[in-house]
Amino acid sequence: MTAAPTVELDGVSVAYGRRLALRNVSGRFEPGSLTAVVGANGAGKSTLLKTIAGLLKPCRGHVRPPAGVRCRTLAYLPQIADIDRSFPITVEDTLTAGAWRQIGALGGVTAAIRQRMTEALSTVGLAGFGERPMDSLSGGQFQRVLFARSMLQAASVILLDEPFHAMDAHTTADLLALLQRWHAEGRTLIVALHDLAMVRRHFPRTLLLAREVVAWGPTETVLDEPYRRTMARAPDGWNSAPPHHLHLAD
Amino acid sequence: MDTLYRVLAAPFVDYGFMRRALAACVALAIGSGPIGVLLLLRRMSLAGDALSHAVLPGAAAGFLFAGLSLWGMTAGGFVAGLLVSVLAGLVSRNTVLREDASFAGFYLTSLAVGVLLVSMRGSNIDLLHILFGTILAVDGQALYLVGGIASLSTLVLLAIYRPLVLECFDPGFLRSLGVRGSVYHLLFLVLVVLNLVAGFQALGTLMAVGLMMLPAAASRFWSQRIAGMTVASILIALLSGYAGLLLSYRYSLPSGPSIVLTASLCYVVSILAGKRGGLLYRLRTAPTFDT
Repeated sequence: MTAAPTVELDGVSVAYGRRLALRNVSGRFEPGSLTAVVGANGAGKSTLLKTIAGLLKPCRGHVRPPAGVRCRTLAYLPQIADIDRSFPITVEDTLTAGAWRQIGALGGVTAAIRQRMTEALSTVGLAGFGERPMDSLSGGQFQRVLFARSMLQAASVILLDEPFHAMDAHTTADLLALLQRWHAEGRTLIVALHDLAMVRRHFPRTLLLAREVVAWGPTETVLDEPYRRTMARAPDGWNSAPPHHLHLAD
Repeated sequence: MDTLYRVLAAPFVDYGFMRRALAACVALAIGSGPIGVLLLLRRMSLAGDALSHAVLPGAAAGFLFAGLSLWGMTAGGFVAGLLVSVLAGLVSRNTVLREDASFAGFYLTSLAVGVLLVSMRGSNIDLLHILFGTILAVDGQALYLVGGIASLSTLVLLAIYRPLVLECFDPGFLRSLGVRGSVYHLLFLVLVVLNLVAGFQALGTLMAVGLMMLPAAASRFWSQRIAGMTVASILIALLSGYAGLLLSYRYSLPSGPSIVLTASLCYVVSILAGKRGGLLYRLRTAPTFDT
């Protein structure tokens, strides 16, 4: 794993057609930080993650490092709903995609990569699942495979979009433990979440979005007054009167 | 034994046109089988149908300029098919229209232009030749073309297989790797058009897609893996080509529809008896609740 870079957003605005989904977002994700991105539905959480992942281009502002550099250090785990779960692909083939940077479009899967696949599957509790078709897996098992794929990427910045959505308590606990491990290894983790209790318990930093940055800082500060004020306005208030932008000291 | 030989092998041993037709079917099966599976998995089955219609005006333009020339009609068909696929892609990416709707818009226009062009200069027989093909009249030159396209298609598909599958399964992940899925999508569309052009020499523009999509759709009932589906699709296309030609020879039926109808029969059998979600299999394995 290469050292995690600082991911910096400078006045980033993103639009879908004429509708602005994110406005003037500025701030930094420090190397090794663990940040929850929270906000109501439509607040721009997924849009922010997709922009950092390079899937969306800002209509204004910049993300640093530039996309070409960023994609070499970054792993993106999309919402499970964005993936075709009926696709006839095996667990092993899914994991192979995680080794894209080593093997590209044409390279063969080496013994070393195969070994890493076995280890990754074992780490997420799916040892021996390599030959199983993805469409035969439960939602929790499917998500575990995607986590294993992220492990294969050996990325220093990991973006996860609602990774615990519709997961049972056991799966959530296991995958949370994996996040903690990645955090301890010095990776930068940016995770879009809805579960505020989980955010308070496990995420030291929080970014509160309402199509723009409402607050960004230590979790206990962000989820106090700014959160209550924003949610009181959501969702109708956003269109006419965007909430105040708070800078919170660490 | 002698009867079996006379029914199953003699027509191909005795007649050169039957051997060439069978060789064309083998090449088409190997080229179109995997393409059909990927079209199916990309939920683009009807886009294949639309593209097969879109080939018509190009083939007709080639016919107008060069008569019933293999190369003229092939080049025209390829350009027209490619133009429609690129235009449909551009419209769906830059407007509110989805890809299937933009394909429908362009192929209908294309089909009308094609029929108009042939009607202006040719006879009904020419139109029938372009629409329904003449596999029993496939000559050496056409065979080289179909074989060349099948070989090229297989090689290119092998080279772009991994990103193509990944773009279909999890497009967001592929883009996060900095890989432009649209490039592979475009290359894939080129392969679809090439295979349709190869098919229309033998089966006609309207039937070409039959040997591409019917075996692919049937293969879904026999395997849960892409590799397995691809093999099943090729085998079903091979069987359809062989059995269709035999039926055509034995009962003096038009060869194109005979081949496609044989593929249809395989499709229906697969729906009923396929071991991966076929109707009979589902009935047999339905859960029972003991009281």
